[in-house]
Amino acid sequence: MILTGRKIYGGKVTGQALVTTQGISFFGGVDPETGVIVEKGHALEGQSISGKILVFPTGKGSTVGSYTLYRLKKVNKAPAAIVNRECETITAVGCIISEIPCLDQIVLDQIKNGAMLCVDGDSGTITEL
Amino acid sequence: MELTLSEKQMLQGEFGPATRKAMEILVALGTIYQAEKMIPVSSVQVSGVSYDNLGEAGLDFLSEMAAGGGKAQVLTTLNPAGMDIEDPTSLGISPEFAGQQQRVIDAFGRMGIITTCTCTPYLTGNLPHYGEHIAWAESSAVCYANSVLGARTNREGGPSALAAALTGRTPAYGLHLAENRAPSLTIQVKAQLTENDEFGALGLLAGRQIEMRKQNRVVYIQGIQQASLENLKSFCASLATYGGAGLFHMQGITPEANLFAPTADAVEFSQADIQSAARSLNDESAAEIDFVSLGCPHLSILEIARVAELLRGQKVKKTFWITTARPTRQMAERMGYTAIIEEAGAVIAADTCCVVAPIQGRFHTLATDSAKACYYAYGKNKMKTRLMSFDEVVYEALK
Repeated sequence: MILTGRKIYGGKVTGQALVTTQGISFFGGVDPETGVIVEKGHALEGQSISGKILVFPTGKGSTVGSYTLYRLKKVNKAPAAIVNRECETITAVGCIISEIPCLDQIVLDQIKNGAMLCVDGDSGTITEL
Repeated sequence: MELTLSEKQMLQGEFGPATRKAMEILVALGTIYQAEKMIPVSSVQVSGVSYDNLGEAGLDFLSEMAAGGGKAQVLTTLNPAGMDIEDPTSLGISPEFAGQQQRVIDAFGRMGIITTCTCTPYLTGNLPHYGEHIAWAESSAVCYANSVLGARTNREGGPSALAAALTGRTPAYGLHLAENRAPSLTIQVKAQLTENDEFGALGLLAGRQIEMRKQNRVVYIQGIQQASLENLKSFCASLATYGGAGLFHMQGITPEANLFAPTADAVEFSQADIQSAARSLNDESAAEIDFVSLGCPHLSILEIARVAELLRGQKVKKTFWITTARPTRQMAERMGYTAIIEEAGAVIAADTCCVVAPIQGRFHTLATDSAKACYYAYGKNKMKTRLMSFDEVVYEALK
């Protein structure tokens, strides 16, 4: 399976998909020290996004969320890559300043939770391994 | 997206890593919002200044951008910080916080950014003209610049505004383009509004209408006979807070209003609607008011003069913060207003405000004339709130 989307930030990584159909607020919704989702009632509450190919429709919440991704990167708890249906400003800026590969314009229900993926930000492709 | 030669050079790192990172941010935003090109900006306002909001992560990023050779290419000013920079202890700020906040300010200073920290840059020399392309963060100032001044800016976040400062560019999309400045909703005001809290309540009502519609966030407002700078400043803060709006037109008052006609989609608000919106910000369970604050957005010199007039020879009985921009405070000092206010036992602080200072847990109930301050007091600082007119806020402090 190869999916093609739009490059938001380049780089090539391999990792396990962590998929949600809900939006993610990095500021307040993710612990900046551990990478664990702490938003009350979120489908991924209690799960860590560290090292994962994090797949969600779009970001939400405060613009300070960009800095949360940066913080996660500094403590080695950032996701390996981010895949969105529609990337918005907070996630895009967060990925750029933190150098996390990021793609959007992907139909997300084609990606299975737990699948091993290779994300190539530069060519805008996702390959299932 | 088409880039000029110098924009390509910025992207390739020829002007250093900070400029490169800044251009990467702008190109990504341009891609997301389908901008065809970059446009030069001549003024920037950067948000994300209080260490209370930025945290260590934000400070790290700013330090790295300064170390990477980032330099503001155009006039750039800063949003309020978490303390009075020249007098951190005046508001009971801890020395630890003051140290971290100073590091944030220093990082901005190293990048050539003017470190006067205010949400009213248009009152202190960062004053764009009609049609000027700018890149501002601080939602209330964005709304004021677009609507009252007729300048053009999107609602920037901290990093994207900084990126515009370091490159002198912003992607051409959104409110920079004439076609996106037309209103999609008309608010007919059938009420006489004179006070800041009433304009704030109107902002709350209009904001909720915008939120319900989700699409275009530009409103056309009819029926306001008169509005002072201070009224508009309060209205902008509230409309941006409750409606995420970056632009409105007010018939007979704002410069682009005569380019447009009222829209088919229209909503009417009466005096009773305004009053009930104002009351909705009064916490029923509010315990006794223990914190009184004016200065969201930062007070104008005229407002400080009024506070001094009301406080002359009196003593306040509650913690009373009056917050403003440093240059405005200097005017107030020269006029003797500061001395009157301080003699009354109130605090007049520059560079900060009750929204961004680290005050969670210090107070129970806030009295203010600002609908925006109510929103953040409740959401960010877990306080109860009471909205009242400007003069009533001062009287409350004396009770």
